[in-house]
Amino acid sequence: MAETIKELAQVKAEEPMAMRPSDAPTGTPTVIVDDLHIVYRVYAKPTDHEKGNAVHALVRLLKRQGRPEMKEVHAIKGVSFVAYHGDAIGIVGRNGSGKSTLMRAIAGLLPPAKGAVYTDGQPSLLGVNAALMRDLTGERNIILGCYAMGMTPAEVRQKYQEIVDFSGIEDFVKLPMSTYSSGMGARLRFAISSAKTHDVLLIDEALATGDREFRKKSQQRIKEIRESAGTVFLVSHDHKVIEETCNRVIWLHKGKIKMDGDPAEVMAAYHKGS
Amino acid sequence: MSQPESALAGGRSGESLAKLAERYGLRRAIARPRFPVYIRQLWERRHFILTYATSRNVSKYAHSALGQLWQVITPLLNAAIYFVMFGVILGGSKDIPNYAAFLLVGMFVFTYTQRSVTAGAKSISGNLSLIRALHFPRAALPLAYTIQELQQLVISMSVLLAIIVWSEPPTIMWLLIPVVLVLQTMFNVGASLVMARVGTSLRDMNQLLPFIMRTWLYASGVFFSIQYKIVGEPGGGGAHLPQWVADLMYANPAAAYIEFMRDILIQHHEPRPWIWQVCVFWAVFALLFGFWFFWHAEEKYGRG
Repeated sequence: MAETIKELAQVKAEEPMAMRPSDAPTGTPTVIVDDLHIVYRVYAKPTDHEKGNAVHALVRLLKRQGRPEMKEVHAIKGVSFVAYHGDAIGIVGRNGSGKSTLMRAIAGLLPPAKGAVYTDGQPSLLGVNAALMRDLTGERNIILGCYAMGMTPAEVRQKYQEIVDFSGIEDFVKLPMSTYSSGMGARLRFAISSAKTHDVLLIDEALATGDREFRKKSQQRIKEIRESAGTVFLVSHDHKVIEETCNRVIWLHKGKIKMDGDPAEVMAAYHKGS
Repeated sequence: MSQPESALAGGRSGESLAKLAERYGLRRAIARPRFPVYIRQLWERRHFILTYATSRNVSKYAHSALGQLWQVITPLLNAAIYFVMFGVILGGSKDIPNYAAFLLVGMFVFTYTQRSVTAGAKSISGNLSLIRALHFPRAALPLAYTIQELQQLVISMSVLLAIIVWSEPPTIMWLLIPVVLVLQTMFNVGASLVMARVGTSLRDMNQLLPFIMRTWLYASGVFFSIQYKIVGEPGGGGAHLPQWVADLMYANPAAAYIEFMRDILIQHHEPRPWIWQVCVFWAVFALLFGFWFFWHAEEKYGRG
């Protein structure tokens, strides 16, 4: 809260000096993506006609063809935009259009092949799934997940009960996560990952988990997080959620921005285009 | 608003985005922190590293009925097999006093380094989903893997001491055991950091490592005395090579830690007098070089 006030004061102080672009929303830029290119290295399985046996591997080596398993995927091809404090930006696009990759690049988890991402503070992805272990109890996973997000022991102690209560898994917290139903697992994961507050938050289809009651609860939580976070990016296939929560939508298509602007306008074009 | 260019808010006033970022004090999302900052960030993540290591150890035995009792049973079984194989069937070595202790110390100390290095090589390449989801100094992963092995080693060493105490009464020298373990851990951390980075670019490393490890095992005098085999046995055997060949083998880190530990635990064991200096050198060198080498590619690990 104090930070928000400080930032607002800063905006005011800078207002007369800084030549603001006329169409810029109010607020300072928090994320600047400058001609970003991301190239993934993918180790795919050999395709059928190449056959993955030893003889073929040797022939390939002798012919100096390199490994066919290693492919480079140019996932983001020159994306540029500026996000401002208070923005809630929806990112839409078909599967494989580079939405998740863009999020990871903003979070500073993927190195750009060209261009750069500039951020204010440390943007974080909402999600700790990768740090959790199925064979461990919910109890241990809550602690592990909280530490993985960078909490201190005091914060973990403080948040622990809140996470258990929010997830609604009750006594199951003493059992390994592998015994949970998929809904319970999703609820616990969401409860852990939403326990921390962030300056810039990236939400990658974290909504739509669990039953109806929990969905409502989690949407409420997302709303709270969104309000406390400076800037929010939201990747979702649920168009209703995007239209409800975002003040700006970026449509990604094959690694490029196809459209960027008002949610109603972009979503209408997106529906027509796909 | 339908043109992508309209997103370039800064472009309107003729200002480049990089300049705009600079004006508002934004920083690159993926810049590598300076080395001291990096070490401090790593220290701030100590709870994560410890919890991650412990969790992995717990999760490893989650599916067995005996659970973490295996952490004690595994070294016991290993000790029994090595002893039957090398001590009884192959006849061991009459010239080495207390061969059972000699062999077990060698095996347990070597296994610690071997497992740390092997785990380190997979710590980054096997955790890409974690690296692409959360922010933390990447060195936390190889570090956690080494600590996981250290937790296992502490149990193994207790088993070892319980066996050895029947033939080698404890001396004041036993107080030095933690010192050797600290030095060896420093070396292991360094080595696993180096292997972690190597493992990300050389994918075939995981296939190659078992062979490298076996060669290292044979070169470190785990079940024979390097001195006797290379230079000559009291009974007249051995390869009769010059002394410097043996010394070179003793200077390899694994052999050095094994010899140091044997010196402490076995009364009639005479290592090279400079062995502890070698131990300190490898510990400091590997740790510093390992961190520096790993840190140098910090921002690239997410690419895979």
